[in-house]
Amino acid sequence: MNIEPLHIGGFEITSRLFVGTGKYATFELMRDALAESGCQVVTVAVRRERLTDKSGRNILDFLDPKRHLLLPNTAGCFAAEDAIRTARLGKELLEGLGNRGSAWVKLEVLGDRKTLLPDPVGTLEALKVLKLEGFTVLCYTSDDPVMAMRLKEAGAASVMPAGSPIGSGQGVLNPWNLRIILQELKAADAGYPIIVDAGVGTASDVTIAMELGADGVLLNTGIAGARDVLAMARAMRLAVEAGYLARQAGRIPRKLYATASSPIEGVIGDKSS
Amino acid sequence: MHLVVNGQPQEHAKAPTLAELLESLALEPRRVAVELNRRIVPRNRYAATQLADQDELEIVTLVGGG
Repeated sequence: MNIEPLHIGGFEITSRLFVGTGKYATFELMRDALAESGCQVVTVAVRRERLTDKSGRNILDFLDPKRHLLLPNTAGCFAAEDAIRTARLGKELLEGLGNRGSAWVKLEVLGDRKTLLPDPVGTLEALKVLKLEGFTVLCYTSDDPVMAMRLKEAGAASVMPAGSPIGSGQGVLNPWNLRIILQELKAADAGYPIIVDAGVGTASDVTIAMELGADGVLLNTGIAGARDVLAMARAMRLAVEAGYLARQAGRIPRKLYATASSPIEGVIGDKSS
Repeated sequence: MHLVVNGQPQEHAKAPTLAELLESLALEPRRVAVELNRRIVPRNRYAATQLADQDELEIVTLVGGG
């Protein structure tokens, strides 16, 4: 009944829950939520340093280097070139910290500001360039199975289909597409990691994704925006474990009609025998 | 001499090295990454990198994100 570690880009990852570090009310709350969630991989963004009005507080003081694997993202990039530059800067930042995992990145190339849906063309372009530079690229994408196949073919270390738009809390809107993605990308390669990323709203969304067969779930707003952040972090931890174990356990089939759970013979007053 | 740092213009009487610029901004070299005219400067070259008039720099750090 153990949860197998996930292997991505040479790293052995012990928790199937990846958690973002954005949108928390305080760094302390973020630190405690990450601890409560049991996550190992945390995503971070790359942004211009403040040159004035610095509070002196840095997120790095609130992330445990012994526990956490920092995964830089290219959030906010709407063009392949910006995402490529950001990924390189992320790598440089991790090298400065001596953090394991320097040459990996969660690639996002966004297509639209309202939906924050990915730009498939820009994503593929950036993936190809970053692969040539030796990056391990985890690709944020939509739930389009063809795009997922193209990204895997182009060398993505993991494909990360969105359940629904970033921060929208709608969960996995199209489980059928997710199932197709899982089936097609794992057909000849059962261990290929597929991580549902974006739109997770509550614990059941995580469990559903894991039961469908996802290898992990990445979320940020679902925890950071909850009323009780620490309780939700704990719920998400339990949810990813529950979904993983249920998947491993092998569920019963869905049937149209009933099959009784109690014996049908020996009921008192039965006149049939 | 004129620099653009993180999109903001800066005037300097004397051209600093990159290390001097970071120090004047109270930035810890280990916690930032620097792009000079669109090329990343390796950390071990900050002291040796002399900035020139019209140079454009992006000085970035890690922040919270999903």
